[in-house]
Amino acid sequence: MKCSGLIDDTVTVSIGGEAGQGVGRSGMLLGKSFMRAGFHVYGNIDYPSLIRGGHNYYTLRASHRKINCIPEKPDLVVALNKATILLHQEEVNSGGGIIYDEKERIEKNELSRTDIDYYPIPLIDIVKTLGGPEIMRNTVALGSVTALVGLDPNHLKKIVSETFVGRENIIKMNMEAIEHGWEKVIEYDYGFGCSMEAGVPPSRMWLTGNEAIALGAVAAGCNFYSAYPMTPASQVLHYFTGHDIDTETAVIQTESEIAAMCMVVGASFAGVRAMTSTSGGGFCLMTEALSMAAMTENPVVIMLGQRPGPSTGLATYSAQGDLLFAVYGAHGEFQRVVLAPGDVEECFNLTMEAFNIAERFQIPVILLTDKTVIESHESVEKFSSFVKINRGKLLREWQSEEEYKRYKITEDGISPRIILGTHNAIALANSNEHFERGFATSQAAITKEMVEKRFRKIPHIRNAVEKINPIKLYGSDKPEVTVVGWGSTKGPVLEAIKKLAVENIDVRYVHIRILEPFPQNLDKYLKGKTILFETNRSAELGTLIKLNTGYTFDNIRLRYDGRPFNPNNIIDKIKEVIQ
Amino acid sequence: MSIKPFDTSATNTWCPGCGNFAILMTVKQALSDLQIPREELVAVTGIGCHGKFTDYIKVNGIHTIHGRVLPVATAIKVANHNLTVLGFAGDGDAFNIGIGHFPHTARRNVNMTYIIHNNLIYGLTTGQTSPTSKQGFVTKTSPRGEWSIAINPLTQALTSHASFVARTFSGEPKHMKEVLIKGIKHDGFALIDVLQPCVSFNKINTYQFYQERVYKLEEQGHDTSDWANAYVLAEEWGEKIPIGIFYREERPTYKKNFPVLENGPLVEQSLERDMDELFKEFM
Repeated sequence: MKCSGLIDDTVTVSIGGEAGQGVGRSGMLLGKSFMRAGFHVYGNIDYPSLIRGGHNYYTLRASHRKINCIPEKPDLVVALNKATILLHQEEVNSGGGIIYDEKERIEKNELSRTDIDYYPIPLIDIVKTLGGPEIMRNTVALGSVTALVGLDPNHLKKIVSETFVGRENIIKMNMEAIEHGWEKVIEYDYGFGCSMEAGVPPSRMWLTGNEAIALGAVAAGCNFYSAYPMTPASQVLHYFTGHDIDTETAVIQTESEIAAMCMVVGASFAGVRAMTSTSGGGFCLMTEALSMAAMTENPVVIMLGQRPGPSTGLATYSAQGDLLFAVYGAHGEFQRVVLAPGDVEECFNLTMEAFNIAERFQIPVILLTDKTVIESHESVEKFSSFVKINRGKLLREWQSEEEYKRYKITEDGISPRIILGTHNAIALANSNEHFERGFATSQAAITKEMVEKRFRKIPHIRNAVEKINPIKLYGSDKPEVTVVGWGSTKGPVLEAIKKLAVENIDVRYVHIRILEPFPQNLDKYLKGKTILFETNRSAELGTLIKLNTGYTFDNIRLRYDGRPFNPNNIIDKIKEVIQ
Repeated sequence: MSIKPFDTSATNTWCPGCGNFAILMTVKQALSDLQIPREELVAVTGIGCHGKFTDYIKVNGIHTIHGRVLPVATAIKVANHNLTVLGFAGDGDAFNIGIGHFPHTARRNVNMTYIIHNNLIYGLTTGQTSPTSKQGFVTKTSPRGEWSIAINPLTQALTSHASFVARTFSGEPKHMKEVLIKGIKHDGFALIDVLQPCVSFNKINTYQFYQERVYKLEEQGHDTSDWANAYVLAEEWGEKIPIGIFYREERPTYKKNFPVLENGPLVEQSLERDMDELFKEFM
């Protein structure tokens, strides 16, 4: 039986199995194969916080056009275990199919759909014949996927070979596994009915937001990174620990987030660019030293990758519930900058900007992301635009007869920093309120003067952030509906407005990339009916907008089940509002 | 040599007779003897009476927050290993709120000197019980006498594999100076516990208390490479209290974890990287 086709100009493949069956890795390899073949790809992993067992589910979507999110339903499911069949067969698009092991103990009547194809492939038998480890069954399945979707298996073969470089025996077995998987589909005359056509493969990268943030930091000259493992941000730590030599970075896994943040302050005080990353629970522990960074005026960059809370919450899922915490968390009054990338490319660019802002103004900068942004893979054009490193007022020598004063009162509020160890200069930083020289004080007059010095930076910070597009507009110029969102909401909204444009529904998307200081002139972009989309329960961006502009939204759609929006969520709400 | 170059113009607010004065003076003397330029020295302090140290000594410094001396000091050392880093902490700072950092800094063997102003009480907050307060010690917050067992900085250091473990007494400045010089010169993490009377709030562990009890390990022919014996000596607290170097070993330092430091201090390294090379694995 041939499948009748797909629902749009994309193909979506989901791979499901137990933790430990290589679901994430398979998705990563297949995604890269699509990319090499010239497709745009997007991949998202859904997994519980378990190392063995549990259900892992990687969804990969490819198209000739730019892809920003995963859809609600897959076209093809690779079931590495029986549970995947039972859990996901109902959601497969009509005309789609499920690949599974023919040895799976499943009754005919358990295969409930008549409008999709079931593809039993002798996955484990092939692996046994080849003498490979059980986990290799996913390689066989990937071979079958390439045949079904019409993807040249050579791309997959090449990528798998690159992964196991130097291990010839393993490469050989995997090559054969791919071929067998591919041949079985041909042999059984299965055909998926989708013709994948790509042009000349362009120069693209396949990476996650976490990886883009790490690369952005390296491009920005960050050479000190300290962190404590916490999902979903650990991948940044993994990148740095795996690349400390080639990125020329000092990397340390600390005893706690408290230590990680304190180290960033210390390294920054000494004169290097330093960063940490964490999730909400870790950020809680960092707020004390965040406040120290502010008082001592040491630039710091923190990546906060949100997951649902409160407390441990859903460790491996996604949410936008830490917005107000990121903007306001920590004691005392001080200016910070909160940047919120919405996709992989923004992760790279805004991370580079973060270091410049932090150093120019000697303040904390928070990169506020979420699990969907940082753990999803995206194919992007190879990063080619780099932000020029600007270290602000950072001195490397001190010739003056006058004594160096770390907190010198200046017109713009920014006192020159100095590399610690510079001849003739003694630098004293202080978490207490202090004199220009850094000595502690509780005198009223100097306290007022120092508070005002720090606050004089604010207009300059505002000017700087206005230059890096705090608000980005997408979609219609004359919209019937304006959608507002931030972070990972960007992907599904862009997909939705493209689909609605086909139905002549004009929608604009207002993507807010900088949350603090809040951008100017938001109201002038709000045309027609307005809808706010957020993945939290209390519309935190709505609160922030109301506080900063007084604006109240006509309509709000929230999702708080740990999952990102899918385009249909967006489309349904927009249609409801315009009816 | 004169200690004048290390003096600052800040007004000292410690209580008259405080043990901190002797520590400050002796640190200045040790640094002066070591002839390390002031610009190459960094003092990192926490919160407590000791915290004001950064105001009173003319070297680079950062007066941090409560309990966080060690991670801040570690990062400064990693960022510029040409600097000599001295951490100062009180007993509350180091062994209550900050104890979580202690074994880690010790086992990493960060090349720094950690000087504990150990007065067995909270001074700046006007007399509460401390983790090093002895059992039965009466304070505002232990009115029936401290009931739990005190933390011993030396055994903590020994079990955390600190590579230099010493104790001295603020009433013995000559001894303190020698220990400080050896600790600062030591290539690795040096813990120096300084017994220091708090004249305002600790009426038990006074100058006289210590003068009657302390004896010097150096005069007993103690073998500083003998970890087990060091531990036994560290437990001694009663009629006699030993001071001196308990344990010392040479072993690889924190630098081993940071290959990038082989290229010189981080602060002097270029920020430019070959991004095309780093992008390759994603293409």
